[in-house]
Amino acid sequence: MSVTKPLPHDSGPLHVTGQARYVDDIPTPANCLHLAFGTSSIARGTVTAMDLDPVRTAPGVVAVLTADDLPFANDVSPSIHDEPLLSVGTVHYVGQPIFVVAATSHHAARRAAAKARITYAEEAPILTVDQAVAAGQYFDDGPRVWQKGDTDAALAAAPHRLRGRLEMGGQEHFYLESHASMVAPQEGGDVVVYSSTQHPTEIQHKVAEALGVPMNAVRVEARRMGGGFGGKESQGNALACACAVIAVKTGRPVKMRYDRDDDMTITGKRHDFRIDYDVGFDDTGRIKGIDFQQYTRGGWALDLTIPVADRAMLHADNAYLLDHARITSHRLRTNTQSATAYRGFGGPQGIFGIERVMDHIAHTLGLDPIAVRQVNYYHNMGPVRAGKVSGNTTPYGMEVRDFILDEMTEKLLADANYADRKAAIADWNAKNPILKRGIGFSPVKFGISFTLTHLNQAGALVHVYQDGSIHLNHGGTEMGQGLFQKVAQVAASRFGVDVSLVKITATDTGKVPNTSATAASSGSDLNGMAAKAACDTIRDRMANCLAELHQCPVERVRFEDGKVRVGDNEMTFEQAAATCYQNRVSLSATGFYKTPDLSWDRAKGQGRPFFYFSHGAALTEVVIDTLTGENRILRTDIIHDVGRSLNPALDKGQVEGAFVQGAGWLTTEELVWDDKGRLRTHAPSTYKIPACSDRPEVFNVELWDGENPEATIYRSKAVGEPPFNLGMSAFFALSDAAAACGPNYPMLDAPATAERVLQAVKRARG
Amino acid sequence: MATIKMTVNGRERSGEAEGRTLLVDFLRQELNLTGTHVGCDTSQCGACVVHVNGEAVKACTMFAAEAEGAEVVTVEGMANPDGSLSVIQQAFQDHHGLQCGFCTPGMIMSAAALLKDNPKPTEAEVRHYLEGNICRCTGYHNIVKAIMAASGQDVSAVAAE
Repeated sequence: MSVTKPLPHDSGPLHVTGQARYVDDIPTPANCLHLAFGTSSIARGTVTAMDLDPVRTAPGVVAVLTADDLPFANDVSPSIHDEPLLSVGTVHYVGQPIFVVAATSHHAARRAAAKARITYAEEAPILTVDQAVAAGQYFDDGPRVWQKGDTDAALAAAPHRLRGRLEMGGQEHFYLESHASMVAPQEGGDVVVYSSTQHPTEIQHKVAEALGVPMNAVRVEARRMGGGFGGKESQGNALACACAVIAVKTGRPVKMRYDRDDDMTITGKRHDFRIDYDVGFDDTGRIKGIDFQQYTRGGWALDLTIPVADRAMLHADNAYLLDHARITSHRLRTNTQSATAYRGFGGPQGIFGIERVMDHIAHTLGLDPIAVRQVNYYHNMGPVRAGKVSGNTTPYGMEVRDFILDEMTEKLLADANYADRKAAIADWNAKNPILKRGIGFSPVKFGISFTLTHLNQAGALVHVYQDGSIHLNHGGTEMGQGLFQKVAQVAASRFGVDVSLVKITATDTGKVPNTSATAASSGSDLNGMAAKAACDTIRDRMANCLAELHQCPVERVRFEDGKVRVGDNEMTFEQAAATCYQNRVSLSATGFYKTPDLSWDRAKGQGRPFFYFSHGAALTEVVIDTLTGENRILRTDIIHDVGRSLNPALDKGQVEGAFVQGAGWLTTEELVWDDKGRLRTHAPSTYKIPACSDRPEVFNVELWDGENPEATIYRSKAVGEPPFNLGMSAFFALSDAAAACGPNYPMLDAPATAERVLQAVKRARG
Repeated sequence: MATIKMTVNGRERSGEAEGRTLLVDFLRQELNLTGTHVGCDTSQCGACVVHVNGEAVKACTMFAAEAEGAEVVTVEGMANPDGSLSVIQQAFQDHHGLQCGFCTPGMIMSAAALLKDNPKPTEAEVRHYLEGNICRCTGYHNIVKAIMAASGQDVSAVAAE
């Protein structure tokens, strides 16, 4: 069986030879137009005058459109229709598209767009959490509160009590391929859209609205993205809609690629959060009651802020059993880019809150931070440990039945030699006055499923041709994570053939309709199951045909090792396919899957929003320079749970990449807006993405040997988002190193840039 | 507009370009060599690295006119003459040194330039050399491993697995 094998990415040979095509690499059709947006230079106000004549007369310009020129819907929002493609006269952030230029080249369009003369009546922008709260700028009708137990009473009765505040920044996706779309007009007003998107169906939906046509007039194809990370879940709508409108208007093919500056200025990023906590605990560090206030800046339009903020609330417990907890979420409207999906989708922000609490409690009591975490863990699968007072349920009432972090933590600490290294670090710090070392631990328990329950569905389309070759299509998109390879391995396993017989084809709304975004780590869970269903339908038809021909019971037809065994007869899969074709068997089938057993009442904050949990744990050691705040990651050890891996090489690659991206979020990656609301970090020159030399010097990643107790595809687990959270171990190691400088808790905020590390050192010293 | 000639991947090529046309745009649009990618537009991410007269160059930093008469090699010219993958390409494939693949052509070109000057680099040298090539997916682990393997060195120490 090809599942569980560490096979390379299916596109590898194309990538290393430069043949793999991204949207901007598709041969440009003759007469293709190229687009650029003209954008707002202020954060909040009204357009009072707009002179676009210099744009219209610039070399190569064919058309200039404003909101008034749009034929139908002027909206690219994925949620509540509050995001016009082009401004309707008011502007809400620096970078908001106001008009669009079509020209004969990418550069001609960009140069022309810069020539517009726009004057504004400027208003004071709302940029910060405090400003938004003061102005009452709430999405979702005000703060949302979910709770369990009696938090106020528990806090009052607890032997110890702490309050604190944690600030964490957002994060730029920096997929290496910036957003791109190309639209080819077809007969009768139809269009074909090529888009770098995680969500072809939503592109189809928004383009149909923009053109005033039904969805069946729009076909969207997406072969691959040069990275997504959530940034291509909704943010590609604007490019696709702009291209489609102009393609239909001019009858010419139209392409748009964001220049990197435009991409970083226009599109949304990870939500930044402020988390205030008030926690009561006993002498062992066991939490008795906890109150979280989560504040997030959602930017100017709603986009996906509600489900992101919900997921932050749903992960406020992370791996810890909380008997009394109250979580309040403030979803704020600000004059900044509309914050959007980003790997983890709010989960990391919620988890980071309680991980800081664990660290703060441990420092206050003088206990080992890992011991404090362990005393608060959920009950394990299997025997219940002493000292836990309530059922094993989350603050939202879901029973935790698959918790395995006790054993994972013990194995990690043993393999990474924690006790000895901790002592060695203390010894080293005692001898070194300038450089200080620190060690940090972070576990993750991550809920798998879309919290909007209806999204947990997927479809697939499989054909077996008469020569035995297999054509595979499903609703998931490939952004580098290896989804296509994993699903192809599933298909090959169902037919018992080598994976080379399976042709993986571009995601296409004309083949599989009504797909969900490839998001929430759900790609292989959902699409793997859908493909399995399609393959099994064809396999059963083939088995019935062959059984009848060879007069043997259908149970004795087996597909394995590239052969089909029918009773005592044996034939190649190719022969079997040809025989079935000649006997008029349908060799094409769709497959469908919906995740079972979900029930979620969002209004009450109660139910089972997740099918299962994925787990992981990381231990990281760092060194800091207390004179400059500069730092290095010396070593990271990770153990991560992917159930029974569909492909250990791809899964391990996801874990490694997620850790580095997660550590980047909390260390070097700093988004800076000035007091006019201008993003000052809009290129990799000013926004520091981890480079090759930033990765840990020693980096040990191990997959946990286990299987998913739930009946997922071959008992595997999702992998995309959960390990992102393990980057927190680097942050807590930096905090630990700062704490080695003095008696006080360093109260380090994120991102822990050199500047913030230096401030933390000073706070520790007092 | 002027006609610009250069040798690309061993073949004489020519195309039309303005004085301000960047080498990367010339390669992609005039010669349809789209394996060289534009990642950041500002000479930082390394997705557009090519070789010009044997030196690694970020093709978004150089005008096409500056490459007049030069020997240019892009990722499309890196396979063996018989079409099989070169040692470096094969190592990226075998050691999973790619995910989304967008940075891969630049990584391959940088790796080739490094190994030409330093056939047996240390792991630290590989990491230092690749500071101008950003990868957002892999965390670099398997990229370093692939380059060490391509240099004929034992990668069991790089790979803690």
